Amino acid sequence: MPTLPAEFSDLEPFAGWAIPTERARYAKRIDSTMDELSAFYDAAFPRMEEACAYLEQFEIDGLPDDAKHLLWLYCAIVTVSFPVEVWRQPRVPDSGSSTFDATLEPAV
Amino acid sequence: MPHFPKPPEGSWTEHYPELGTGPVSYDDSTSPEVYELEREAIFRRTWLNVGRVEQLPKVGSYFTKELDAAGTSIVIVRSSDDEVRAFHNICRHRGNKLVWQDFPLEETSGTCRQFTCKYHGWRYGLDGQCTFVQQESEFFGIDKADFSLASVQADVWAGWIFVNLDPENTTSLHEYLGELGKGIEAYPFDRLTQVHKYRAEVKSNWKLFIDAFTEFYHAPVLHARQSVSEEAQKLQQYGYEALAYGIDGPHGMVSSWGGQSPPKDLKMVKPIDRVLRSGLFGPWDAPDIGLDEMPPGLNPARHEAWGLDSFLFFPNFMMLVWKPNWVLTYHYWPTSYNTHIFEGACYFAPPKNARERIAQELAVVTFKEYALQDGNTLEATQSMLESQTPVKSFPLNDQEILLRHLHHQARGYVRDYQQQSGKTPATV
Repeated sequence: MPTLPAEFSDLEPFAGWAIPTERARYAKRIDSTMDELSAFYDAAFPRMEEACAYLEQFEIDGLPDDAKHLLWLYCAIVTVSFPVEVWRQPRVPDSGSSTFDATLEPAV
Repeated sequence: MPHFPKPPEGSWTEHYPELGTGPVSYDDSTSPEVYELEREAIFRRTWLNVGRVEQLPKVGSYFTKELDAAGTSIVIVRSSDDEVRAFHNICRHRGNKLVWQDFPLEETSGTCRQFTCKYHGWRYGLDGQCTFVQQESEFFGIDKADFSLASVQADVWAGWIFVNLDPENTTSLHEYLGELGKGIEAYPFDRLTQVHKYRAEVKSNWKLFIDAFTEFYHAPVLHARQSVSEEAQKLQQYGYEALAYGIDGPHGMVSSWGGQSPPKDLKMVKPIDRVLRSGLFGPWDAPDIGLDEMPPGLNPARHEAWGLDSFLFFPNFMMLVWKPNWVLTYHYWPTSYNTHIFEGACYFAPPKNARERIAQELAVVTFKEYALQDGNTLEATQSMLESQTPVKSFPLNDQEILLRHLHHQARGYVRDYQQQSGKTPATV
């Protein structure tokens, strides 16, 4: 069962990152190794502009399911960009025991 | 030599002589006794922001708010006459919490025609009047009119809902918010309906976290790694100077430059910021929110490099208004002298398409990454302030004027309360 638009079928191995909430995307990031995060980033980040252009053809309230998954996947790239581009580790450095959890997110 | 002009006295701090320039003590942040006084003097006596009118879209819409610091839970509702009303969240029969869902201590929201107590079915109208008593004839001559919900003063400023727990309060909300409130009340907050909210339990005194967010002096150091390294070095060398500070009554504001929306040089920012045209300072392409004219209270220095203004409405409501037309708010709700709940909320214009939605996601997540660093640093500060070290007073620089003002105000409220209630002034 394909979950992403056909144009982005090469990203299917990372479809597990198409997660609807920031809270759950962050949890997956924390549970991943840097190798896993880098593999996802390296595959998907170069196509971000293309994905945004693809998504722009729809009204935000009328996204087909596969486009919605693509949107969630690129929200996950936002979450994963911090470890890959900045921290070099899944957690925020020096964030130790602190947590900061989403309590309200606009649904897509 | 300052990069931006300071008042004629030579510094922002000396412009407000009551603040002094000497080192300060943080005794007010490490003492259970002082906290108990603050609960009475501040949280039970000042206007507290508890939400926005969009949370009450129609008659019967309600939400609850746990106000541990003020020692109560309240329910805020849009009543039949379209007014925003607030009540202590307690049934008049046997004191059960009136409005809650699943978990009695968690906040909830919804819509109803009346409030019905889960315990014995007493009912209250949206105006707080008791409308039904189960087996009323079993009681001994009670009159429902005597059993209305205990009301709490509530008022709305620019769409922000405030409550005041002091039944004897005579200061109107608009008067309380003073010049700083007046200067931004024309801002179209009602256009920013795309809301993300976050919550954290922070192991520090509530004022210490406000301290962290009312100065940007820490930013080039603590958050150095969030800029690309060349930019980070430049920022650290340069340090931080605000465009302007403003103080009116218990409230304060800092006006800041904002080099990243968009950045002068794309090399200053991370790869994902470049693709999404967004980041710490929000999405670079400002949406139209009908802001034809800047409210007079924004960018008071009228500086072209302006990026954001950060307001602290005493005691615990911070609002950051960003140049690219979005708003960030912080609330700090004390739960003990060394713990509090921190809430952060991002308010954007609704995204027109998924590209804008992802750009907003980057701004939100960037805020979260910063907050995680800040929150943990605060635990480190609190634990050492409480420890038995000989270090008892701390120097504050001119860019830390709003901290000085906050602690000065908090002490003042406690002192006034003690004088009014005839108690011995504490040594704070």
